[in-house]
Amino acid sequence: MITLLDARAISKHFGGLQALSDVSLTIRKGEIYGLIGPNGAGKTTLFNVLTGTYEPDGGEFVFAGAILPSGKPHTVVKRGIARTFQNIRLFRELTALENVMAGHHSRTHAGLFGILAQTKKVREEERVVTERAYELLKYVGIERFANVVSRNLSYGDQRRLEIARALATEPQMLALDEPAAGMNHTETNQLRGLMETIRHDGVTVLLIEHNVKLVMGLCDRVAVLDFGKIIAEDVPAAVQCNSDVINAYLGTGHRTHA
Amino acid sequence: MNELVRAIPYLGSRYPKSTRWILIALIAVAPLVTALFGNTWVRILDFALLYVMLAIGLNLVVGFAGLLDLGYIAFYAVGAYTWAFLASPHFGVHWPFWIVLPLGAAFAAFAGILLGFPVLRLRGDYLAIVTLGFGEIVRIFMNNLNYPVNITNGPQGINSLDPLRIFGWDLSRNIRIGDDFVINSLWLYYYAFLLFVIASVVLIQRLQVSRIGRAWAAIRDDELAAKAVGIDVRNMKLMAFAMGATFGGVAGGLFGAFQGFVSPESFSLMESIAVLTMVVFGGMGNLAGVIVGALALSILPEVMRSVAIPMQQALFGSVLLDPEVMRMLLLALAMIFMMLLRPAGLLPPHSRYSKPSLVLDKRGTEASE
Repeated sequence: MITLLDARAISKHFGGLQALSDVSLTIRKGEIYGLIGPNGAGKTTLFNVLTGTYEPDGGEFVFAGAILPSGKPHTVVKRGIARTFQNIRLFRELTALENVMAGHHSRTHAGLFGILAQTKKVREEERVVTERAYELLKYVGIERFANVVSRNLSYGDQRRLEIARALATEPQMLALDEPAAGMNHTETNQLRGLMETIRHDGVTVLLIEHNVKLVMGLCDRVAVLDFGKIIAEDVPAAVQCNSDVINAYLGTGHRTHA
Repeated sequence: MNELVRAIPYLGSRYPKSTRWILIALIAVAPLVTALFGNTWVRILDFALLYVMLAIGLNLVVGFAGLLDLGYIAFYAVGAYTWAFLASPHFGVHWPFWIVLPLGAAFAAFAGILLGFPVLRLRGDYLAIVTLGFGEIVRIFMNNLNYPVNITNGPQGINSLDPLRIFGWDLSRNIRIGDDFVINSLWLYYYAFLLFVIASVVLIQRLQVSRIGRAWAAIRDDELAAKAVGIDVRNMKLMAFAMGATFGGVAGGLFGAFQGFVSPESFSLMESIAVLTMVVFGGMGNLAGVIVGALALSILPEVMRSVAIPMQQALFGSVLLDPEVMRMLLLALAMIFMMLLRPAGLLPPHSRYSKPSLVLDKRGTEASE
């Protein structure tokens, strides 16, 4: 299988806290890759470094054969990595449709003067974007709320909308930060189906998740992060039996994370 | 035309046809009716249209992009002084409006970018303070650039600016038809300004329902998420400042031409705040609301002023409260009541940054072709 993302010795510290130390992992094209670890292990930090929100202190990411620029989120998106947030971050005053349309920003080209003059090209692009945004809403199953202002959507629908918005950037890899947080059993199952569809449609999925059952059942491979270090990276069955992982989660005699 | 209807829904098919025609008739005959009460009122109307232009320009920055700008009047000043430099005896240059107005707009846009760069990382209160400082800096420059080289003529301002001359036709002259019918110059300016306002509304509405408008709204609602969907926040913010400033610059040029005189006094902090008040009062982010807000807050104080003096004289025999003092008091009261009763403004924004009709028909079901 082809490697899509190669993280090479990523380090990041905040003051005296070493959030990530020499984290290396590889994600292959077309897989669902899970990243788990106890609270505060550095999962979200890794996400933020990957997507350009933070600059790493050391190391680099190689994505689809080229080094990713650090500290430039919009360039990273353009290169094909989309993300969602742990605490939902939608454009709250925009409708569901408009949220997804905003997601198309980096793949569209309408410029200031074209818009002011409403050239044929711009009008055509606007029409195509509207249609594609609607298709994406259908894809995640919330097209009936297309014209609802996003802050009025239910929690589960907001999660789906965020995924639709991320997909609108036409990513090669979709990075989801705890998408199942706060969801009930039914919603989690629907989400799982959605992720499988996304993978089936050729998008690699990187998943941070606390719900171990979901991760173990869904992911092709799993990496476990603890205190900023990768302690295991393997297929779910192997990771589950790894003694370091068990220690990290359940603790040994003198080291606990309650 | 579609853009106009979208910006001002009362013109559209969702309201009865009569609404549309009454509104159009009102706008068309407004100067003729107000002239019955004296030409002062037509002048007030002309200024109201300039305030509308300023307010919708500021709305673009504050309402769409969420960048609180307390120094907006600086761009108005840049436009007005551009007119004063390039179309007055001050430097002896008399360029036509179709060069000076775009130049004024361009200078204002440039000033907008100049302001934009240092404040890219600021938000909310901090942004407000820096933009406030910027507005004051521009005013103080205008006030003091008369020495050692006289550029702005200092606090005395610049006199006898060229009027708006549209291809030889001087708008500052009354037109006499027959012996006793006169088309007043103030009426001509009204219709000229009206055209500029309509053009601005159309252009701003086009920006709102576009890739750029959605990017601005995205930055306003959540900057981090905007970055995460690939929006270049830096460029989009600079563009918002520049575009907002452009409309301020054009309004400034028109102001110079109309007034025939500019001085730094016209561009004080209070003016910035007045324009911002119009935006907030009318409904931030909603073009129709902002237009109503600008009209209301520029015309009503004048009505109050004309009523207050005779009323006080009748009641108390003398003028106890200066109308200018009352104006600020009433503005403040209006804002307080708005914040309590309608915090989103007179006409709250209804999110419209797309044309869902492209995929949906009116009932919200899929369009079948």
